Amino acid sequence: MSQENNKSELINLAGVVDNYIVKEQLDGQLQKINLGPTHPSTHGIFENHILMDGERIVSSSSTVGYIHRAFEKISERRTYAQITTLTDRLNYCSSPINNMGWHMTMEKLLGIKVSKKIDYMRIIIMELARIADHLVCDSVMGVDTGALTGFTYMFQDREKIYDLYEQVCGARMTTNIGRIGGFERDFSPKFHQLIREFIADFPKRLEEFASLLERNRIFMDRTIGVGGISAERALNYGFTGPNLRAAGVDYDVRVMSPYSSYDDFDFIIPIGTAGDAYDRFMVRLQEIRESFKLIKNAYENLPEGNYHEDVPDFYLPDKPDVYNSMEALIYHFKIIMGETKIPTGEVYNSVEGGNGELGFYLVSDGGRSPYRLHFRRPCFIYYQAFEELVKGQMLSDAIIALGSLNVIAGELDA
Amino acid sequence: MDNQFVLQLLTDEFGDSILRAYEPDGILTLEIKDEAVLPLVEFVKKHTIKIDFLTDICGIHYPDHKGAELGVIYHLHSFINNFRLRLKTYLSIDKPDVDSLTSLYSGANWMERETFDFYGINFKGHPNLKRILNMEEMEYHPMLKQYQLEDATRTDKDDAMFGR
Repeated sequence: MSQENNKSELINLAGVVDNYIVKEQLDGQLQKINLGPTHPSTHGIFENHILMDGERIVSSSSTVGYIHRAFEKISERRTYAQITTLTDRLNYCSSPINNMGWHMTMEKLLGIKVSKKIDYMRIIIMELARIADHLVCDSVMGVDTGALTGFTYMFQDREKIYDLYEQVCGARMTTNIGRIGGFERDFSPKFHQLIREFIADFPKRLEEFASLLERNRIFMDRTIGVGGISAERALNYGFTGPNLRAAGVDYDVRVMSPYSSYDDFDFIIPIGTAGDAYDRFMVRLQEIRESFKLIKNAYENLPEGNYHEDVPDFYLPDKPDVYNSMEALIYHFKIIMGETKIPTGEVYNSVEGGNGELGFYLVSDGGRSPYRLHFRRPCFIYYQAFEELVKGQMLSDAIIALGSLNVIAGELDA
Repeated sequence: MDNQFVLQLLTDEFGDSILRAYEPDGILTLEIKDEAVLPLVEFVKKHTIKIDFLTDICGIHYPDHKGAELGVIYHLHSFINNFRLRLKTYLSIDKPDVDSLTSLYSGANWMERETFDFYGINFKGHPNLKRILNMEEMEYHPMLKQYQLEDATRTDKDDAMFGR
């Protein structure tokens, strides 16, 4: 086979016969590279078939589904209280946000209104989760560009956030935090001590991390102009969250349709202009600062009150009560067996997750499990733009573009 | 801009195609004929109401609705007016064809592939309609209700005991 034929065959293989190929006057052979599947503990399992012309990417195609766990199908069999643990495993970098989003979806379906105290407790936990999520993304971007130090610094603070979760729910990674109608327990004295320490220490440590990368020439050279997308294309692709804001659209669910009393607080929605990796980094960094402000404000203004609403049909009673009180035992049994009455109806509820609009579309037919539950996973929707983002860029830029999108495999595959 | 206004506007334009309009959770929900999906989505995208963000596409299966077993549910959003619109269309399981939205929204690509993967809905005009999350060798569409999730550990418990 002549070289010419081989080339055109490869071009057809990639499905791209566009200006790029014609313009560039290829002299070398096109080369196919398998990027991934990588180990799940790195960025998650991603597989990309990348067609290279020398150093440049001509096209790429992504394969997803390696950790697909059929959550939507499983949730059609489970009781409503059991679904919280499935949501943990969507975006596992910020699982409390997913948990709260699910509880709020249920509260919307059941018509439960929770008190300010619970709202503020939720804001504290959700914003801690957002900080943890963004810290991972930003510090790992440093690792991708060759700066390991910031990562080791910020993981200490992520640990502190996990210690805080531990005080509220007992778990660290897959939290299963909160209940329908509130929390399983009040903030403990240890929690108060830890969060005061966190509020006192965190800004200094964050600024130390920021100063490592924010105006770092090498980091800027590696990230500016990498994986950029225009606001128009980003909207067309269904981007939400920090990646959309980096492209210059100030859409934030917390502000657009406030839930959990977010409208009580002042905070800024940072936006970028170019939508490239550096803008995404900067938007996330600024969001960490805004989240910190929210935590501080919510904690200082935390109202007195009960940590859960009085909804015995749905709120799992305290364990000591189950052993000592007849009513609590009955309700405990009913909730665990899924025997409480659930209204029929359908609800779409969304929260601002770590990566964008995390939506829950729930159809209930009155049975003990949802008739249909669909998760709108922001990662799944924006990851399809990856092909367009990296076209014409270097292979090393593709890694940074992937890291800056903060694609979480758990959320991608559901 | 409220539900009433948008409903009036769309009724004037697509009166014959709107089968039912209701607001289950405050979001205007329209059941429309399958051939109206593409024109209606295009209309609300280009019109000054600017419902131009595709939030989500998902499928649903009602085995008992003869002739309209499969449903496709679209969530649309207008950032400028902060208005959400939900569209539903029901298809026969023998011929589950509906127009693809990929010509309007690039983001519809994977959402439709996912819906095809789980429900077998055929999106006409989709550039690459193949399975996305399940393996390609799979021969059925797993979210259909006839494929029960088996509870591997329990043989003593069946739903009849609990009245549902």
